Amino acid sequence: MIALLIRDLRLAVRAGGGFGLGLAFFLIVVTLVPFGVGPQGDILARIAPGILWLGALLACLLSLDRIFALDYEDGSLDLLVSAPIPLEGVVVMKALAHWLTTGLPLVIAAPVFGLLLHLPGDAQGWLVLSLLLGTPALSVLGTFGAALTVGLKRGGLLLSLLVLPFYVPTLIFGAELVSRGAQGMATQIPLLMLAGITAASVALIPFAAAAAIRVNLR
Amino acid sequence: MSIWEYANPVKFMRLSGRVLPYVIALAAICLLSGMVWGYFFVPNAENFGGSVKVIYVHVPAAMMAINIWGMMLVTSLIWLIRRHHVSALAARAAAPIGAVMTLIALITGAVWGEPMWGTWWEWDPRLTSFLILFLFYLGYIALWAAVEDPDTAADLTGVLCLVGAVFAVLSRYAANFWNQGLHQGATLSLDKQKHIADVYWFPLLLCIAGFVFFFVALVLIRTRTEIRLRRLGALQQRERMA
Repeated sequence: MIALLIRDLRLAVRAGGGFGLGLAFFLIVVTLVPFGVGPQGDILARIAPGILWLGALLACLLSLDRIFALDYEDGSLDLLVSAPIPLEGVVVMKALAHWLTTGLPLVIAAPVFGLLLHLPGDAQGWLVLSLLLGTPALSVLGTFGAALTVGLKRGGLLLSLLVLPFYVPTLIFGAELVSRGAQGMATQIPLLMLAGITAASVALIPFAAAAAIRVNLR
Repeated sequence: MSIWEYANPVKFMRLSGRVLPYVIALAAICLLSGMVWGYFFVPNAENFGGSVKVIYVHVPAAMMAINIWGMMLVTSLIWLIRRHHVSALAARAAAPIGAVMTLIALITGAVWGEPMWGTWWEWDPRLTSFLILFLFYLGYIALWAAVEDPDTAADLTGVLCLVGAVFAVLSRYAANFWNQGLHQGATLSLDKQKHIADVYWFPLLLCIAGFVFFFVALVLIRTRTEIRLRRLGALQQRERMA
């Protein structure tokens, strides 16, 4: 399974900017927002948590269809299904590789982007924490969506339609955690809920995703 | 004699064909009498004026919107566990009806909200979670339409329905946490104090029953159509083989 993870990471890096592409997309979103809403610092600071979370969500979404599609086309997914490791484990590793290439770079770079949007200094920690807790759930849920649509020819738009509603609770609690943290309010509830959603998704969703892949490769 | 016998399409077709006219008649009677009673013979409420009467469409539609997903959940489970095709087809038949019910609830709510709250739309937890439910319905229908092989489609949508149910409920409570509500609390309650006055309750009960029968009739019709479509497809295939 470690070998699978390393293979996926290597593929992502060599296929052209696995780490960089998500970050560049994030940067563009953050750059475009002030053009849309105006450069006033106070407005930007107020909407910054939402914008950063939306950017993370979209960056994650754009790379989802690549999780299984290439393996499906060249047949290596069939090999993975018949390999002597549980398919659920394969799914977890795929999701982990996706998170390491899109989620983790965003988490690390988020303070810089927060700075661009005038996010107050003490909220930066909350932003990093919320993204760190929330983005694994985005990757796992996205893997489920990718597993559902793996056999389809034009799965891209459908994938977004399927996956985005699943992101609602994570987005709500993630953005709420940052804005509460920024205002110095109690953060325990969104923090626990966000962590709970991520933990439950990571634990349970791979089973659903593996079931979907088995159906699609039948 | 068990209920599973009706998983056999032939038996299902025979039984549903016999039951269908009665269900349609019940739906028509309940809906007509409930609506006429509700719209013409019920006094206006003190604070709401005539607009109170929107509840005869809004409340039943909203109840159905939620419960139809529940029904899809049960039929999807039956399909995933026992592989009865009629069950999967019933889930497929119910989804567009659920989406329309959600839309009706949203639109009647907007029509009522404009004079009462002064706004067509508010990011209230109930309204928001209904919008999200609508998105779940859309995704479910789109997945059915996108997958060609019917059994694969039934499996995939079944899994989607199960996971979606969890997340729809989760979104409801997340939205509750996220914004304070403008929508009033539950109108129907076992607690007599909170419960709606009898004058409004009895016609509403009729309307709810009417919506339920109407839904059952529509699902039966649509499931029968699906079964016939499958038979046609099988016949055409046999024709081609010969």
